[in-house]
Amino acid sequence: MNGIDLSVNVGGLKLKNPVLLASGTVGYGNEIAEFTDLNKIGGIVTKSVSLKPRKGNPPQRIVETPSGMLNAIGLANVGIEKFITEKIPFLKKYDTALICNIAASTVEEYVECVRILKDEDAIKAFEINVSCPNVKEGGLEFGNDLKAVGRITEKVKSVTDKPVIIKLSPNVSKISEFAKVVKQSGGDAVSAINTLVGTSFDINTRRPKIKNITGGLSGPAIKPVALAKVLEIKRNSDIPIIGIGGIMNWKDAVEMMIVGASAFQIGTVNFINPNAGLEIISGLAEYCEKHNIKKISELTGSYQI
Amino acid sequence: MINEFSVFRSIDKINDSTHLIKVYSPSIAASAKPGQFCNIKVSDNNFPLLRRPFSICDVNGDEIHFLFDIHGEGTRLLCNKKNGDTLDILGPLGSGFKIEGDYDTAVIVAGGLGSAPFPFLIKKLPANKKIVSFVGGRSKDLVLTYGLKNVFTATDDGSDGFNGTVVELLKMELENFSKNKIRIFSCGPNPMLKALQLFSIQNNYDCQLSLESAMACGFGICQGCPVESADGESYLLVCKDGPIFNADQVKL
Ligand SMILES: Cc1cc2nc3c(=O)[nH]c(=O)nc-3n(C[C@H](O)[C@H](O)[C@H](O)COP(=O)(O)OP(=O)(O)OC[C@H]3O[C@@H](n4cnc5c(N)ncnc54)[C@H](O)[C@@H]3O)c2cc1C
Ligand SMILES: Cc1cc2nc3c(=O)[nH]c(=O)nc-3n(C[C@H](O)[C@H](O)[C@H](O)COP(=O)(O)O)c2cc1C
Ligand code: FES
Repeated sequence: MNGIDLSVNVGGLKLKNPVLLASGTVGYGNEIAEFTDLNKIGGIVTKSVSLKPRKGNPPQRIVETPSGMLNAIGLANVGIEKFITEKIPFLKKYDTALICNIAASTVEEYVECVRILKDEDAIKAFEINVSCPNVKEGGLEFGNDLKAVGRITEKVKSVTDKPVIIKLSPNVSKISEFAKVVKQSGGDAVSAINTLVGTSFDINTRRPKIKNITGGLSGPAIKPVALAKVLEIKRNSDIPIIGIGGIMNWKDAVEMMIVGASAFQIGTVNFINPNAGLEIISGLAEYCEKHNIKKISELTGSYQI
Repeated sequence: MINEFSVFRSIDKINDSTHLIKVYSPSIAASAKPGQFCNIKVSDNNFPLLRRPFSICDVNGDEIHFLFDIHGEGTRLLCNKKNGDTLDILGPLGSGFKIEGDYDTAVIVAGGLGSAPFPFLIKKLPANKKIVSFVGGRSKDLVLTYGLKNVFTATDDGSDGFNGTVVELLKMELENFSKNKIRIFSCGPNPMLKALQLFSIQNNYDCQLSLESAMACGFGICQGCPVESADGESYLLVCKDGPIFNADQVKL
């Protein structure tokens, strides 16, 4: 591992390594900290926080699918007030970049959330969730609308100097158009992808297995889609990309960086192997050593087509 | 909470459908409490992807025991493990039963595989507590009395013990106990827990329910396992706030 530089810079967000824990898959860090050393992780993206607390969807919220899972949590979260008083103090103790993911149902609400949080020193960047498939308002309604994504990016940028990352939905026909709009509107990076809309029915009762009927598909099943979306963005825009979707191990992570990601997030794998982040970091270092890569950022977009 | 690579020691059939497995898992065994569970990775690959939660049935020295039926793919794979195989286990997870306090008699109420957590509870109950167990099942071969004490049985078809539900049986038998002196510990299918919950709230019985839910992580990070709080204001997490709840804490 000696001499290999794992640090990356994603649109002004400096990370000691490219491994981020994805929003909604590590809560606010306290539980997973029992299984893994958060000080070694590049960064943590907190569960989507909204202005007011959200109760979330009724059960059943999740179901397993072949090599994946569907979830319709419904952005259950403690709300911004408790986030500041109860969650940030815990996360602050760790030497890892804190990225605050924000969900909202109006443009004003996104702006208001960022305004309230922008002076929290512990927060190193904002990730704006315009792509949650499981809530009626906000979520995909914005994620599907180029103008709305542009407006949100611009307004949020106007109230903070911290890097703003827009988390894109894969449930669109041309994701690179969204990345371009983010770039034009002053956004610093995009993260892709959020979950894919899916469903699952019980053949005996003919009822949906999750109460919300549809949910977001995540896990290894979506990796090929995520890779294709990241590649599409990379080939059409020069905005930095945080790759997300189906990463289970260091090989998946390398693949994600090759198609264009500057950093990446791991989600579903945390549920199965809460120490996956650290294992990926050592795998990456070994890979770099073997392939004589001095700086991991050399991997980004290094595809040979 | 520990992620321990444990060693599969043995598998035995308790009856036609139920298996008992013993796993060498010294760290988890050392910290486990009755009512807690473990989340087990049953394969080395992505099929099935998620871990499977199982109650800690018993702890014997460095070994943990689990009791299960073959339900689907996950339990089928678990059943095919060979002695010496490695098993990736997260545990112990969740809250355990509250066993301290002022009561004379521990009343165990179990339905079907709901008997699973009780051998360990019985082992850990203070020696001065009396124990009585009520166990129900659809028919005689589905009444699981493994590791239980002073058992009364109930079956839906009358093939063993009382003809009716285990909660109906409990209602009759409890006449013989002074209600301030008992504590009910229960685990089983939702309709049973619901009936028991209503009965204990109406009669002011001290009652703990062990709940189940679909789960992904099993330790509080996915929010996939909600149960509504009694006041309807919020959701509690079965894996972290439970799986053991007081009867008046949740809406079933
Ligand atoms: C805290 C806890 C303790 C448990 N203890 C035991 C035990 O001691 N013995 C035992 O035999 N079983 C126990 N179970 C149930 C056990 O987890 C299931 O039997 C097991 O997951 C079946 O896996 P499978 O792959 O064989 O079945 P499949 O039906 O093929 O797959 C199970 C899938 O169904 C979903 N699922 C599981 N349980 C539920 C549920 N209650 N509601 C909705 N969806 C669900 C899960 O998402 C899982 O992916 C427990 C469950 C919980 C939550
Ligand atoms: C249970 C669950 C909850 C999630 N909650 C959020 C959320 O609150 N906000 C968000 O932006 N993404 C959320 N996501 C999406 C993940 O951050 C990630 O984009 C997605 O799971 C794909 O990555 P993966 O395949 O590695 O899991 C959630 C995903 C899961 C599985
Ligand atoms: S199973 Fe993940 S929070 Fe309970």
